[in-house]
Amino acid sequence: METLFAISVMVIKMAVVIGVLLALPLPLTWMERKIAAHIQQRLGPMRVGWHGLLQPLADALKLMVKEDHIPEKADRLLFTMAPIIALVPPFVVFVAIPFGDTVTIFGTPVTLYLTDMNVALLFILGVAGIEVVGLILAGWASNSKYALLGSLRTCAQLISYEIPMGFAVIGVIMLAGSMSLVDIVNAQSGWWNIVYQPVGFFVFFVAALAEAQRIPFDLPEAEGDLGAGFHTEYSGMRFAFFMISEYIIMVLMSVLMVILFFGGWHASLIPLPGSLIFLLKVCFLIWVFMWFRFTFPRYRYDQLMSIGWKVLLPLSLANILISGMFFA
Amino acid sequence: MTLVAVFFYLFAILCVVAGAGVILARNPVHAVLSLILAFFNAAGLFVLLGAEFLAMLLVIVYVGAVAVLFLFVVMMLDVDFAELKAGFIKNAPFGLLVAGVVLAELIVLFAFRDLSLGAAGVGAVSSPVPDVNSGISNVDALGRLIYTKYAFFFQVSGLILLVAMIGAIVLTLRHKTGVKRQSISEQVSRNPKDAVEVVKVPSGGAVIPSVEGQ
Amino acid sequence: MTQLLTDYLPIIIFLGVALFIAAALMIAPFVIAVSNPDPEKVSAYECGFEAFDDARMRFDARFYLVAILFIIFDLEMAFLFPWAAAFREIGLFGFWSMMIFLGVLTVGFIYEWKKGALEWD
Repeated sequence: METLFAISVMVIKMAVVIGVLLALPLPLTWMERKIAAHIQQRLGPMRVGWHGLLQPLADALKLMVKEDHIPEKADRLLFTMAPIIALVPPFVVFVAIPFGDTVTIFGTPVTLYLTDMNVALLFILGVAGIEVVGLILAGWASNSKYALLGSLRTCAQLISYEIPMGFAVIGVIMLAGSMSLVDIVNAQSGWWNIVYQPVGFFVFFVAALAEAQRIPFDLPEAEGDLGAGFHTEYSGMRFAFFMISEYIIMVLMSVLMVILFFGGWHASLIPLPGSLIFLLKVCFLIWVFMWFRFTFPRYRYDQLMSIGWKVLLPLSLANILISGMFFA
Repeated sequence: MTLVAVFFYLFAILCVVAGAGVILARNPVHAVLSLILAFFNAAGLFVLLGAEFLAMLLVIVYVGAVAVLFLFVVMMLDVDFAELKAGFIKNAPFGLLVAGVVLAELIVLFAFRDLSLGAAGVGAVSSPVPDVNSGISNVDALGRLIYTKYAFFFQVSGLILLVAMIGAIVLTLRHKTGVKRQSISEQVSRNPKDAVEVVKVPSGGAVIPSVEGQ
Repeated sequence: MTQLLTDYLPIIIFLGVALFIAAALMIAPFVIAVSNPDPEKVSAYECGFEAFDDARMRFDARFYLVAILFIIFDLEMAFLFPWAAAFREIGLFGFWSMMIFLGVLTVGFIYEWKKGALEWD
């Protein structure tokens, strides 16, 4: 009876997480277009539904029925596989994300996460890194110069910023003494980590912008000089896969920042349920991502590389040194 | 227990199949993808052994970094694969020799493992991996050992990484000539007086550049 | 073993579901989307020109160098994780042990910088 209950709870939790993740890109595209519009003193989508609320649905339908062609010189198998490889890893990462504290439903404690591994942080960094493989394959399989150049640039960018990102979380692990995300959040029930690790947060935030391929680091897409980067040749549903993957990574980065630096579901002053606070913090960070997109210009590629290697990397190394001295 | 056994056989079989795919695939990019699949299944096997830290390292380092480098090399080097196929026959004897040596080593290891490792034995080798239910994660266990008891080996690995870094730069770094770079401080500190010349143009007259300006 | 199952079984199931959904979404367009290929439509995009030659060609060795340096720093990162997790138990010796390790690699990093391996040209 008890195992049956446990299994059904797990299945329900999994269904909720998967459902939310799949549906998430729809409101996010609407939000992004509305934010863009209001920053630029326009109204944005207004026609489909109340204030354009149904616009994302229309877009999704359009992408579904749009012609999905494969270039003649492309490697057909890899061309079809690449979007899947780009989409699945950021999706799977969410299995290790805790969304709130343990809650009691019908007298039984239920945890608001699917699994609490003791190597959760490594799992997330590792699995999210696999997305790169999908992007390179997309560029190579298309057999088009724009796509190939775009995928090379994307790949070099993503791997260059993975290092400062990894170094930036070391300070957080030191504070919690664990790589389990639940432990990391619970270690922040007093002051949030951002108080102890402002430099770590700065490095992580910039690296997160680059990993999510957002402005000012959206060179992979640089419409002006590369066609559209690695997905130049993609259309229809396959193109949608890359878009969904990008949005999910943006959500993932916001969630990670909330967990690692903003105390997760802890908020000592506001009397709200933990998960709601968590959600609000994540929404705020997603809004920051979108706000940046319509506020900053794009960096040049050599600037991008030198920011990653010459600024963020030494900064994160110094952060490890100083945090170590401080806590030792 | 049975579920664990099922997963063991699943990972092991997929690992062997993917390994075969690496050497049998005609397209080198497909071979690298098979290699990635093999890494994943090996990571799964590590998890089943209770070595989740090693499993995650396998994913981060081998899939995230090594496989990406392989993809770069395989895709962009423009290797003539027909030529490589011809080289296969030429190098086959040497390859077989290496395979034979490795096989012999494995046989020796499995047949005489108690003898070869002496009193230390297999048990001592596997003891740093704590029981899954003991409460100490193996990240913690490794952390307690590497930096204190095995500090010397740790420093040696640091030196090896240094050599690798210098080696990579010495072997691959070629500077292009005539590259134009931006120097922001130079741009900002530029004086308008040196850069711009204001010339008074009489109406109907022509502008003749001053001699000093040329 | 139960700990192992509760920790890692969800990952396997989640991966299975994700792959299933991805495959389903990938197959759906075959059923509902129009397909009307045309030689112009399926040729590689090159701003209206005929594609000059095969896109797969030799590339700047700079990209390989970035990938190799990435592997080296990734390994360095791999050593940092257990150190940070066990930071409180290993004391000052463990701390200085890591600082020497990082010092050695910083020497390599400075060499890299001075040699211009980080310049992008």
